[in-house]
Amino acid sequence: MRRNGWLASHSPALELSALTRRFGERVVLRELSLSLPAGGTMVVFGPNGAGKTTLLRVLAGLLRPHGGRVRVLGRELPREGFAIRGMIGWLGHEPLLYRELTARENLRFHARLHGIEETRVEQSLAEVGMTGRAEEPMRELSRGMVQRVATARAVLGRPPLLLLDEPLSNLDPAARELVEPLIGRSSGCTRVIASHDPQAGLAEADVVLGLRGGRAELFGEAAGFEAERVMELYR
Amino acid sequence: MDSSSRPSAGLLEPPGAVAAADPGPGEGRTASPPAAARRRSRVAVALPVASALTLCLTLVLVFFYAPLEAQEGFLQKIFYLHVPLAIVTLCGFVFGGLMAIAHLRTRDPRWDLRSYVAIHMSLIFGVGVLITGSIWAKGSWGHWWVWNEPTLVSFLIVMLLYATYQPLRFAIEDRERQGRYAAVFAITAGAFVPLNFIVVRLAPQYVHPRVLSSSSNLPAAMGLTFVVALIAVTLLYLSLWRYEIHAKETRFRLRALRARLLALEGEGPTRSAILPAAEETLGEPLAAGVPPVALPAQGAPAEGRSGTGRAAEAVIS
Amino acid sequence: MSAAPGPVALEQAPATESHAPPVSAPGGPDQGRRAPGFWSSVAALLRKELLVELRTLESVPGMALFAVTTFVVFHFALNRGSVEGDLAAGILSVTVLLASLLGINRLFVADAEQGGFDALRLAPVDGSALFVAKASALLIYLAVLEVVAVPAFALLLLGTSFGAALPGIVVVLLLADLGVAAVGTLVAALAVRTRARDLLGPLLALPLLIPIVLATSSALSPLLATHAPAFGAWVAGRSLRWLITFALYDLLFGLIAYALFDFLLED
Repeated sequence: MRRNGWLASHSPALELSALTRRFGERVVLRELSLSLPAGGTMVVFGPNGAGKTTLLRVLAGLLRPHGGRVRVLGRELPREGFAIRGMIGWLGHEPLLYRELTARENLRFHARLHGIEETRVEQSLAEVGMTGRAEEPMRELSRGMVQRVATARAVLGRPPLLLLDEPLSNLDPAARELVEPLIGRSSGCTRVIASHDPQAGLAEADVVLGLRGGRAELFGEAAGFEAERVMELYR
Repeated sequence: MDSSSRPSAGLLEPPGAVAAADPGPGEGRTASPPAAARRRSRVAVALPVASALTLCLTLVLVFFYAPLEAQEGFLQKIFYLHVPLAIVTLCGFVFGGLMAIAHLRTRDPRWDLRSYVAIHMSLIFGVGVLITGSIWAKGSWGHWWVWNEPTLVSFLIVMLLYATYQPLRFAIEDRERQGRYAAVFAITAGAFVPLNFIVVRLAPQYVHPRVLSSSSNLPAAMGLTFVVALIAVTLLYLSLWRYEIHAKETRFRLRALRARLLALEGEGPTRSAILPAAEETLGEPLAAGVPPVALPAQGAPAEGRSGTGRAAEAVIS
Repeated sequence: MSAAPGPVALEQAPATESHAPPVSAPGGPDQGRRAPGFWSSVAALLRKELLVELRTLESVPGMALFAVTTFVVFHFALNRGSVEGDLAAGILSVTVLLASLLGINRLFVADAEQGGFDALRLAPVDGSALFVAKASALLIYLAVLEVVAVPAFALLLLGTSFGAALPGIVVVLLLADLGVAAVGTLVAALAVRTRARDLLGPLLALPLLIPIVLATSSALSPLLATHAPAFGAWVAGRSLRWLITFALYDLLFGLIAYALFDFLLED
């Protein structure tokens, strides 16, 4: 089974050592230390305000650490942050798509900005089943469709690391099936997923991180946790 | 980063262990060695004394030594206050811009504080410039404001620009971003100051030389008085600048400590470890009120540069 | 999870790791693509910018309409049928300035609201490329504004004919636009993620742009006078100092904005 034993043998895609991040005087992430090997999936649980989104943003290089060290894909952030740009597939709360542009235009723009060849755009649209609606402005599409295009945007360059903030929330079952090969386990990417669904999250995870108040209350291999334990985080 | 060899359960630092492991803030962790602190307090005393002395000297020279100017008479004496104030204000703005550059390069919040205070002080001195300029204008030209004096006009523009500095800061909530954006502004505005002066002087109506601009061809007595006045105002500015920085730093220190204590009070098991230790250091029960000002490094007991310790320090600065 | 607790695990990481290429997942192919060059990023950003503006028509028509309406307002406020010389130059400069503030206010709004800053910071693109792209877009908007405003001004308020003076006017406005574009883009980025952004933008921009207004107005006033000099004579005359002023201002603030822009993009 994938989960046993392989964890120690791969070099880490992520390494955090006493990561601290504040917002004003409030400590949002409190001395987090962990590592995640390449190809692994870490699912992050925690109530609102626990620091999940902040953690994802720090890993993406969007926020600087205030204390401790962060290494992502072998590069130290923020010093070497520029080297990993384009290696991260980011799917956050915002779709990062311009509402007035069509799906195709948005993806083309993303491709040009990342130096990805434009043939990938059509391929990507087909992968998420949006080829038919690719000429309509994003503001005319439903949330599920926007999420699909956002997913296409995130994986356009086939990045090795995916940072996903509740990626399946707006998707119907058919759409979820569509995106599974892109952002699911079968993609083979290293993934960090923020999730509110203990059952589904645990099924996806190799490693579980439970945050509360910026502190890691749970951490370890997913096999060692029950959904009930995860639920306790939220009480 | 983590220098302790304490074994941890997984990879994570047990949350409460940090505070409980050490009995309290130790002497070895004072922010600066005693020698530097002594030097600093000597400067802190010397500077205001020096500025008070030179200010008195300036007043004496202005009223008893400097000769009366032929055209304008007694009113011209305001020039000894107006021009040094103007020069110091403008240098203060540029100074603020330079410190803003340091802030952007080092990300150290202390440079942000220094930059902020420099600009703040300059704004206050600048109001003084406009008032003294206005008085001089009224005396010389009969109007409280005149447009034919380019120094005054450039000054007004610069003041209008820097008047937006504080609204800008207050419109940003995140402290770090506030400092960064303010630094960008301070650098841009600092570069603007000299350019603005040059450009305004080029305007067609400002071709005639005036008393205020040419300090180079003053008679010796006036020149000496002017130089002494300039030194006095500079020293005053520097004293006030240092004083305000110190006052702000102390206030932040207090606030951070209070916040920390309040946070710690909420965590049951560690309470018994921290509070007695803190009270011992302070030499009085915490409920008694304001702790003494010169506290050692904020309570980051176990690691010298742990996250929370740095957090407190950064907030303080 | 690594086999050993915290610090020890890190020491096991190979020391040369920072020189190795970033780690990629076993299943995810590393595309090995090059980051786009500076100018291709600028081109991509500018193209997006203009595309969005064409779709929404948010900035340019508003600016142009504002300018024309302001001329009418001036007519009533000054109670004059026609102006020339100093007064004409002043009215034109101020109107164009105020209209450009509208464009400056809208410049980064779409990006701030739709996550554009994040998208850019995740891409292998320098922040300065965004500055150049946005400033170029603003420059284009200003040019379009002036193509509408100057004829409108000539029609509504200008007492003299300015056919001969046109090259001079074009040169002055172009140089002024460069300065407004540089400073305006910087101020727009500064103001957009604050509270009261619509107020702060103009408040910051106006004092900074006073030298531009001064130079524009002073350079234009001989051109809009009854006996406008020929282009060569105009350049050689007092206007040379203003052209130099523009050059100084545009260069200085262009460089400063370019250098500082990256700091505004961070979170």
